[in-house]
Amino acid sequence: MSRFRLDRRRFLTTAGIAASTLPLAGCDALDGFLSGGSSVRAGLAVANGLTYRVQRMLIGADALAPEFSSSEIRQGQRPNGSTDPNEEAYVALKTSNFADYRLQVHGLVEQPKSYSLDELRNMPARTQITRHDCVEGWSCIAKWSGVPLSRLLDEVKVKPEARFVVFHCFDSMNVGLPDTVGYYESIDLIDARHPQTILAYGCNDAPLAVANGAPIRVRVERQLGYKMAKYIRSIELASTLSPYGRGKGGFWEDFGYDWYAGI
Amino acid sequence: MAAIVGNDSSVKGRVILRHRLVTRLTHWGWAIALFFLLLSGLQIFNAHPTLYIGQQSGFEFANDILSIKTLRAADGGIEGVTTIFGTDIDTTGILGVSGPEEARAYRAFPAWATLPSYQDLATGRVIHFFFAWVFALVFLFWLVAGIVNGHIRRDILPTGAELRAVPASIADHLRLRFHHDGRYNVLQKLSYGGVLLVVFPLVILTGLTMSPGMNTAWPFLLDLFGGRQTARTIHFFCMAALVLFFVVHIVMVLAAGPLNELRSIITGRYRTEGAEGDHS
Repeated sequence: MSRFRLDRRRFLTTAGIAASTLPLAGCDALDGFLSGGSSVRAGLAVANGLTYRVQRMLIGADALAPEFSSSEIRQGQRPNGSTDPNEEAYVALKTSNFADYRLQVHGLVEQPKSYSLDELRNMPARTQITRHDCVEGWSCIAKWSGVPLSRLLDEVKVKPEARFVVFHCFDSMNVGLPDTVGYYESIDLIDARHPQTILAYGCNDAPLAVANGAPIRVRVERQLGYKMAKYIRSIELASTLSPYGRGKGGFWEDFGYDWYAGI
Repeated sequence: MAAIVGNDSSVKGRVILRHRLVTRLTHWGWAIALFFLLLSGLQIFNAHPTLYIGQQSGFEFANDILSIKTLRAADGGIEGVTTIFGTDIDTTGILGVSGPEEARAYRAFPAWATLPSYQDLATGRVIHFFFAWVFALVFLFWLVAGIVNGHIRRDILPTGAELRAVPASIADHLRLRFHHDGRYNVLQKLSYGGVLLVVFPLVILTGLTMSPGMNTAWPFLLDLFGGRQTARTIHFFCMAALVLFFVVHIVMVLAAGPLNELRSIITGRYRTEGAEGDHS
């Protein structure tokens, strides 16, 4: 047993070790390793592929995301990203309340088709009360109504070489680059055929509002909000994601966000 | 633990093998992983610096318990305000507003506390999820090894007699009277046990509860923690608990003799105190 004594030598050792931990906080020292194109960052991002494979293994292909009771709807669906696109084509459609809207489904399909909003509304619908999780960290519960994407995929007959569904959108965002970039997203065919993956035209018992993606947005309930493209112009079946944008499979993915957003 | 590997001087105490290899490897695995998890986690938190209780975030109703904001003060200046359970605290300089006077940054946690130092949610997530895998796999390895080799039962879980001696041990610590025989005393067992067997599993499970994919795979997690936003809040307070543990841990290492302690967690060798404390 001994008493704790702070003699000079121990004090100097102590102070030395304490001081040596301080530079740990100087985090900008590591910034260079973590910037967009660095190989360290690319190496760390490999973990997302592991997360994707493990979650696909743990989650059954058709396992449903949690659904909530209507008493959990306590507010409007919080909009994020584009909330009122000013692209000419979109503004023209909006002015006529989307009467002339046609959703194109094309790419690696046997029978490309296009659908008017009324045609989509008259197809068998699914309504679900689910939680929307933004990558920023917040969540919002709302009721979504729409037609299951799998229904459209069956009608157009997806070719066997197709692996992804790509959503092309009307909106584009200016994120400080010289050019504005069109929003697009992509999911695999497991999520595309998932029963809760719907092309939503209604939210909280009302037609989908412009701020939430009118006339059509997709719900991908087992992933984060940025996967759920709004203002969908066309849907393309593809075997690879490299031809689109910068090749990462989505608008935010091209800016460094993970393609798989189940976490 | 505490195998005698040398006995060169009865006055200076014996050198024992205090930490086995698994303990040393997992310690440093966690140390590295937690360093990156903390700083990338604060980066992620900065994207939406408000914590809520429940399934969702109240935008049209109030269920927030902690919020870090940047506000314009009455005098026209910009101030950082942290609101905890409805109480506003001026945190200008650290939370909400930080950085040098001539180049103020309007962000929740300051640049020195996040990775990368600038706002970059995407990279914060890449770092966080890589080291989350490292952290969880090291934990799994430690848990299995610790059960198999008896480390958890022998060195971490306190005995009934030790628990009854907690008041005496607290009194000893308050008098800065420490026993250094190479074995953990009951307060060490309780704090290491609390971190390893309570906070570590909690921080992993609340992390998983924030994943919409895992909500589908293991929906019981939402019931266990009372919703995704509550899980996020618990995750944050686990972080705070681990930071507090780290500070106390470092202070205790310094107080107990940093070189001997540092040697023991690197090489495993630890010098016990002389004859009077030598009853390991």
